[in-house]
Amino acid sequence: MARRAQPLSPAAGYGAAALVAALILGTLAAVAFNAETGRGLSAADWAAVRFTLIQASLSALFSVALAVPVARSLARRRFKGRSVLITLLGAPFILPVIVAILGLLAVFGRAGWVSEALALFGLEPLSIYGLHGVVLAHVFFNLPLATRLILQGWQEIPAERFRLAAQLGAGPRAMWQLLEAPMLARVVPGALAVVFAICLSSFAVALTLGGGPRATTIELAIFQAFSFDFDLGRAALLSGLQLVLTALAATLALRTPVGEGFGSGLDRMLRRWDGQNTFAQSLDTFWIVFAGLFLLLPLLAVVLSGLPGVLSLPATVWSAAFASVLVASASTLILLALALPMALAAAQGRPLPMEIAGLLGLAASPLVIGTGLFILIYPVASPFALALPVTALVNAVMALPFALRILVPACRDVVARHRKLALTLDMRGWPFLRRVVLPRLRAQIGFAAGLAAALSMGDLGVIALFADPEVATLPLQVYRLMGAYQMQAAAGAALLLLVLSMGAFWILDRGGRWHAEA
Amino acid sequence: MKYSVFAAGLLGASAALAETPELTVYTYDSFVSDWGPGPAVEAAFEEVCGCDLKLVGAGDGAALLARIKLEGDRSDADVVLGLDTNLTAAARDSGLFAPHSVTADYDLPIAWGDDTFVPYDWGYFAFVHNADAAVPGDFKALAASDTKIVIQDPRSSTPGLGLLMWVKAAYGDEAPAIWDGLSDNIVTVTKGWSEAYGMFLEGEADMVLSYTTSPAYHLIAEEDASKSAASFAEGHYMQVEVAGKLAASDQPELADQFLQFMVSDAFQSIIPTTNWMYPAVTPAGGLPKGFETLITPEKSLLLPADEAAAVRDAALDEWRGALSR
Amino acid sequence: MLKLDRTRIKNGGFTLTADLQIPRGARVAVIGPSGAGKSTLIEAIAGFLPLTSGRVLWEGEDLTDRLPGKRPVAMLFQDGNLFPHLTAAQNVGLGLNPNLRLSDAEHARVQEALTRVGLKGMDSRKPAALSGGQQSRVALARVLVQARDILLLDEPFAALGPALKTEMLDLVSELATETGATLLMVSHDPGDARRIAEQVILVAEGAAHAPQATAELLDNPPPALKAYLG
Repeated sequence: MARRAQPLSPAAGYGAAALVAALILGTLAAVAFNAETGRGLSAADWAAVRFTLIQASLSALFSVALAVPVARSLARRRFKGRSVLITLLGAPFILPVIVAILGLLAVFGRAGWVSEALALFGLEPLSIYGLHGVVLAHVFFNLPLATRLILQGWQEIPAERFRLAAQLGAGPRAMWQLLEAPMLARVVPGALAVVFAICLSSFAVALTLGGGPRATTIELAIFQAFSFDFDLGRAALLSGLQLVLTALAATLALRTPVGEGFGSGLDRMLRRWDGQNTFAQSLDTFWIVFAGLFLLLPLLAVVLSGLPGVLSLPATVWSAAFASVLVASASTLILLALALPMALAAAQGRPLPMEIAGLLGLAASPLVIGTGLFILIYPVASPFALALPVTALVNAVMALPFALRILVPACRDVVARHRKLALTLDMRGWPFLRRVVLPRLRAQIGFAAGLAAALSMGDLGVIALFADPEVATLPLQVYRLMGAYQMQAAAGAALLLLVLSMGAFWILDRGGRWHAEA
Repeated sequence: MKYSVFAAGLLGASAALAETPELTVYTYDSFVSDWGPGPAVEAAFEEVCGCDLKLVGAGDGAALLARIKLEGDRSDADVVLGLDTNLTAAARDSGLFAPHSVTADYDLPIAWGDDTFVPYDWGYFAFVHNADAAVPGDFKALAASDTKIVIQDPRSSTPGLGLLMWVKAAYGDEAPAIWDGLSDNIVTVTKGWSEAYGMFLEGEADMVLSYTTSPAYHLIAEEDASKSAASFAEGHYMQVEVAGKLAASDQPELADQFLQFMVSDAFQSIIPTTNWMYPAVTPAGGLPKGFETLITPEKSLLLPADEAAAVRDAALDEWRGALSR
Repeated sequence: MLKLDRTRIKNGGFTLTADLQIPRGARVAVIGPSGAGKSTLIEAIAGFLPLTSGRVLWEGEDLTDRLPGKRPVAMLFQDGNLFPHLTAAQNVGLGLNPNLRLSDAEHARVQEALTRVGLKGMDSRKPAALSGGQQSRVALARVLVQARDILLLDEPFAALGPALKTEMLDLVSELATETGATLLMVSHDPGDARRIAEQVILVAEGAAHAPQATAELLDNPPPALKAYLG
């Protein structure tokens, strides 16, 4: 029996997924095969696994639970500066960890703004350190991402459906049942899985905000196995465990069928008629102000501490900035080359393997990927010479799950809507891609590319393992400056990094929405 | 005819280029940074060696050793610079290092007799605080006070490991009780020195684990006398940073020459104001102005390399146990 | 001649058999109760549903394994006949080249086709800016430039008003005459069938029956059709 005809061959997608899997599992295998001794997992390692699971689950739950009302408010309000706010809300996600920690502490720390305000009333300073601190920090990092993913779900409900709902006089409950709940059922599991996977491989944030060795995560245990014990076998074992946990979480979250979606619309201007009463308006205002303050205040702290240093940055910072822009550009291209075929294959067939392949990239320990690549590259080429390309590749793989979350639902809708028409017109392969997929997915591709560029710009990634003194990306340079007591220059460089990341994100994200209603 | 002369010239030139020997030294990142000793060391050594000195940064000290172990016999490195006494036992056990032939009159607070590793600088771990703050004089007083400190994780940071050894060397079997007492003073534990020091400068804690020489940086580079190091009655644990020659080096003579250069004035005079540590051999010109203001511990603590390696895992378990409660 | 040679088509849990021939240039209405498999028949001819057995032949040539776009077939669906992000002219141009790389002559043909369906001057509008009738006309203009031997209609005008629907069917009829295409159209309305189809295929009880003369069948409906017509 002939297979169901599809406008695009899924082969490229399966190829890309295989490549990603090979990179992650191949590097893991390379590390495992280099292991000499190994003492297996200790009780402390299992404690790390337990803590990692708890903090990642809580972080995912809180991030997504808060993201739903914030996204809902942003979806039904139009106000001046809304798109700037949405762009800015993405900033915490792309900050280098060390900068974000200092920004968070400037607001929530013992000597932070909140504690100072409390002191005015004679109250004790805030204690941020502990499990709640870890969750707070992870919500700070991931609330923007979860909000964007869920907001996108709202934006994918065609204007016609809102018109219909308005016509039916649907109140809040009916809106919820008719449109919002089914959309959330589609979007929320994926958002949970992504945030969970991100938090699973957290290390410095969890340790610092967790207040001590109680907050040891698997990634820290991997780090310890590597550089403290030089026990590659244990490092590989822990990294494998991390991958299995992610795959399990992804299977749990994503195995539920995604439902029918909302069908097609005619690209009409989106107008909303619901939520016009005072209560709904104040509720939305509350959530927008809450998210704005929570996310932007630490950012403001980063900007304020960076301003004095930004005008007198050393030349190496500028060359590092140039390297970062290069890496980010390459990384974005690689990401799109991997993510688009994978998303299209997922949209035309079984999505789960693609989603899992994508999430593995996120859960894989950068340390293990980096070391594995080092072991693989070392016999044939100088790892130093390949520092930037390898960083671009690894950063692209890390951004893959986000890109898939963004692209797969939209690809599914495009294929469902236009498959038959395209097939009767013999639009297959490139013409379908160019004339249908790319124009229909402009907004999603722009968003994914912007996210990838910004992430790659801000991520330390594997470059620390490979870089020689002449080659540094901006995040690495920030660390190097701090390590040399150059705190002011480091703060200035961090501000530059923030501006570059946000700029890259804004350009690509706006580019995708050109001529389209945001 | 002309062509062959030209060709010969070209060949000669490239041969001459190839004859310039290259010495590859792996070190930690901050050594090679613009503010570290790297640039000055490279210029000074290349002046005397007729060679090309290539300094390669590879993370921190622990990552450096991991890197060398991964590369094994095939490594391009001729010399590894930047291990400390917590790592030398493991480094020696790898069998990748060769004995050195360096002789020097070290100005270390302890006797140095290692035949494989050559020390190039040293320092004391200490808690750094704002000069105007009242601070405790030993660990027990610290534990009894409500002074807040930020420390680094021994699993991911050199000072963190140094503190672990400090408490162990000073208190032995009593160490768990000390950690127990300190647990409510510790604001948090960070991955590396930079996070902790940054947090301290932001006012997040009263003291941060660093070096006795840290105030010298603020004083000399920033003309800021507001930072001091607290002197602890138990004595202070030392960090001695060393370099070693790899057995598989294809430039063994040059490597020896570098190690000998390392303990000479030319190298040693660079160290204090770039690496912010004490030089292993005090240069003829003495220490830079400002170093005389630093505290000098009455007692220097340092576990011998083998002992340090032997007690490390147990000390880590004690630390984790006390701070996880 | 379009020949369905002992075909079995499976669509989900439902199976339809068809063994019939339609002469070239014929205009055939496909009628039958809702859910009987009218769309299934059309989609099998278009190549969207694989056959479990049998063959589809056009002028003796086997189409069974050909992709939809490689068949001599143009098709209009119930909805989604236009790409919302492309202009009217681009939507028509796809009928000539799916990559939209058109020669001057082809651009001219697109304009000609738009003029022919009464949309002169609307070539740069996007579907959202066109009325329902105008959207149908754009789709028909594309069918015109595609110039395929077989035209399949799966109730594309169901959403239009009666007058507009009649107007469209007449236009379809004219275009089919002009291009000499063989027309198969799914219909709910016996009036439509009488208006433009000389033959009718009855789809009922899991089988598509051979075409019969329209008037004859509708005047003397078999029981299954009678129940449907009411």
